[in-house]
Amino acid sequence: MPTIRFLLADGAELAVEAQNGRTLMETALESSVPGIIAECNGSAACATCHVVLPEEIMVALGPISEHENDMLDFAEAPRESGSRLSCQVRVSDMLDNVSVRIPSA
Amino acid sequence: MPHDIDHLVAARPGNESSIVIVGAGQAGLSTAEKLRANGFVGSITLVGEEPDAPYQRPPLSKAYLLGELERARLKLKAEDWYARNRIALRLGTRVASIDRARRRVCLADGAILAYDCLVLATGAIARKLPQAISRGLAGIFTIRTLADIDALRPALEKRGKLLVIGGGYIGLEIAAVARGLGMTVDVVEAAERPLARVASAETAASVEALHRSRGVTFHVGKAVSELLGADRVAGARLGDGTIIAADVVVAGIGGMPETALAAGAGLAIDNGIAVDAYGRSDDPFIWAAGDCANFSLSGGGLRMESVGNAIDSADLVARNIMGARQPYRPKPWFWSDQFDLKLQIAGLSRPGDTVVVRQGAGPGRSHWYYREGRLVAVDGLNAPRDYLVGKRFLAASASPDPVLVADPMQALEAPANN
Repeated sequence: MPTIRFLLADGAELAVEAQNGRTLMETALESSVPGIIAECNGSAACATCHVVLPEEIMVALGPISEHENDMLDFAEAPRESGSRLSCQVRVSDMLDNVSVRIPSA
Repeated sequence: MPHDIDHLVAARPGNESSIVIVGAGQAGLSTAEKLRANGFVGSITLVGEEPDAPYQRPPLSKAYLLGELERARLKLKAEDWYARNRIALRLGTRVASIDRARRRVCLADGAILAYDCLVLATGAIARKLPQAISRGLAGIFTIRTLADIDALRPALEKRGKLLVIGGGYIGLEIAAVARGLGMTVDVVEAAERPLARVASAETAASVEALHRSRGVTFHVGKAVSELLGADRVAGARLGDGTIIAADVVVAGIGGMPETALAAGAGLAIDNGIAVDAYGRSDDPFIWAAGDCANFSLSGGGLRMESVGNAIDSADLVARNIMGARQPYRPKPWFWSDQFDLKLQIAGLSRPGDTVVVRQGAGPGRSHWYYREGRLVAVDGLNAPRDYLVGKRFLAASASPDPVLVADPMQALEAPANN
């Protein structure tokens, strides 16, 4: 089980055991990670599960859909190069010990 | 009695206080979560009638029914979350009555829970077909709970014939899933068009055209007189005599706020549990949130059935229980997934609003609604960018020039986020 390190907007870190195959959003919700609201339950319709991932992980995860790309441009916190909607990112061993930052709005 | 106690102000709950939340859906769970986030340290009991721990409801009629999302992933919280947050979860438990004088709820299993503060998050229930139409036949389903979908799923078979009664969001989402599974699909809608009560004519026309292009047959302006069949449903007879063959029927004829418990306790009911702008009912110790709550706001009553409203109103009630005294400022938004269409709606449009169409270069388009010159709502149809820009305008109470909106070559400058 990979461990996801959520870096909260206030600077605190919350390490969460995650299950492969689930999404980062589901992992965050299960543990009440502050800042992940996920109003659309993972349908990429609301952009309230915005996270920022390290560059090398972005490359490894591959291209993002046009829809997600458009949503990210208007997420509440400004988009960064590592921005993703966490509902569109599946947990895998690749994310073990990776820092997932919650941007401050 | 309600008015006699109006002057009483329920004290901010302390360490020894007990809060009971009735309803373990999104609103009930969010209330519990936000009470803890706002520093409430007393006891919280979350009572749910369904056997399942709180789960995501929207995917039921979409990804879960399609088999793309496994059951375990619907759960909103990990199993140990409840214990870690000291939230007592009582599932499969119906609340029989509220004893307001002694401030306690009586459960159907005989147990009694005392409360200092009670939150009703009882949600909405699916309207059922009248017995004269359904005739007690097997093969008729309504859509609301996980159990409803688990019952429906095995009945959806390739080459089967599905009849959807009611062309609202639930009905159309089920229709799209069933077409995707290779079923024949008929939709009967009593109004002159699908989505008649819940979307503009322009948006409804786009959605209907999509369904028709994917092989869904519509029977609009028609009502079902009776369902046919001996034991299992075999079809339907419409008011004009049309016979439609069907081996599965889904009734998507709307939801009703679940108010029985509140009404039994003598609370004010008006299209839901009547609450003030703070989420409090006419009993100062009882609050309501989510689908069941009708908020009295300056513009009139507002009751919405959506996840956004469940989360936001629960957050409001939790903060107000803790003494915040903030009125509800709803930010209505909705979405629906049908075939490859993602429909996103911000704001509340009404018949009579002026509609401005923004046709994208690709398949996407958006509909912008103006009332007395002010933007009141935006529908994005595979147009997330337009939807989000529109949402920013609505949040800023600003209105883009309709001439710019109508010209897709003109970029729309979104107001800064605030």
